[in-house]
Amino acid sequence: MAYNVLIVDDSQTMRKVIRKTVSLSGFEIGDCWEAGNGQEALDILRTCWVDLILTDLNMPVMNGLEMVKELVKDEIYRKIPVVLITTEGSEPRIEEAYALGIKGYIQKPFYPEAIRDTLLRIMEAPHHD
Amino acid sequence: MKAEWINPFLEATVSVLKTMASVDPVPGKPYIKQGTSATGDVSGVVGITGDTEGSICITFSRSSILFIISQMLGEQQVEINDEVKDAVGELTNMISGDSRRRLEEAGYHFQGAIPTVISGHGHEIKHITKGPILSIPFNTQAGPFTVEVCFK
Repeated sequence: MAYNVLIVDDSQTMRKVIRKTVSLSGFEIGDCWEAGNGQEALDILRTCWVDLILTDLNMPVMNGLEMVKELVKDEIYRKIPVVLITTEGSEPRIEEAYALGIKGYIQKPFYPEAIRDTLLRIMEAPHHD
Repeated sequence: MKAEWINPFLEATVSVLKTMASVDPVPGKPYIKQGTSATGDVSGVVGITGDTEGSICITFSRSSILFIISQMLGEQQVEINDEVKDAVGELTNMISGDSRRRLEEAGYHFQGAIPTVISGHGHEIKHITKGPILSIPFNTQAGPFTVEVCFK
């Protein structure tokens, strides 16, 4: 099954690398959108049906945690699984993100297998929403 | 600077490039750098705070960075453009983050700032503190790069 994915990262290069790595991992992507920060991601969500959000934590304008806080306020957006892909290793921030409802956390640098395993675990869970 | 702080930077550099670009850099003998001139054509610099203060710089030769980013993106890169500079910033961030995680396992706590990227042949590197600059040279099949670590 193919999933529509939104990649949120302020680095254009990293968005490209994540997209390539997810494809290489064998996880099937349907449509794929990219945003440079949380606000751009929220704007995309207004017009595009997204099954999964992969987001960085530290970004200008609106960071990953701020974006998740906005998502959980909305009845529809809060059902979209969010996975953090970040170099940030600070436990309190990761714990805060999990408390807000993120479904997974992948640390950069990453192997394709780590991405595939995490994404399949989340998307193939019986009631991932 | 404590000797046990060197290995985390060395290991993180090898790990990040291997994981993200399938490049196996070979470390050379570390030395104390004199002066401020960069040995490479493009450099990423990031400040570190916590148990002590300092900065890390990764300075790449043109040939090595074009090879590394080509590998990373799966697209041939022929010039140091904005995309390559963006990737240098990301690599610096990942090496800094991975080093800090390794240092944390040894009981040291550091936070990293946002990296800055400087390019141009013969550019200068300004480290945040005035301590000795430890340089760790690396070689790849496409050319050299150097990791500089400078703490109070």
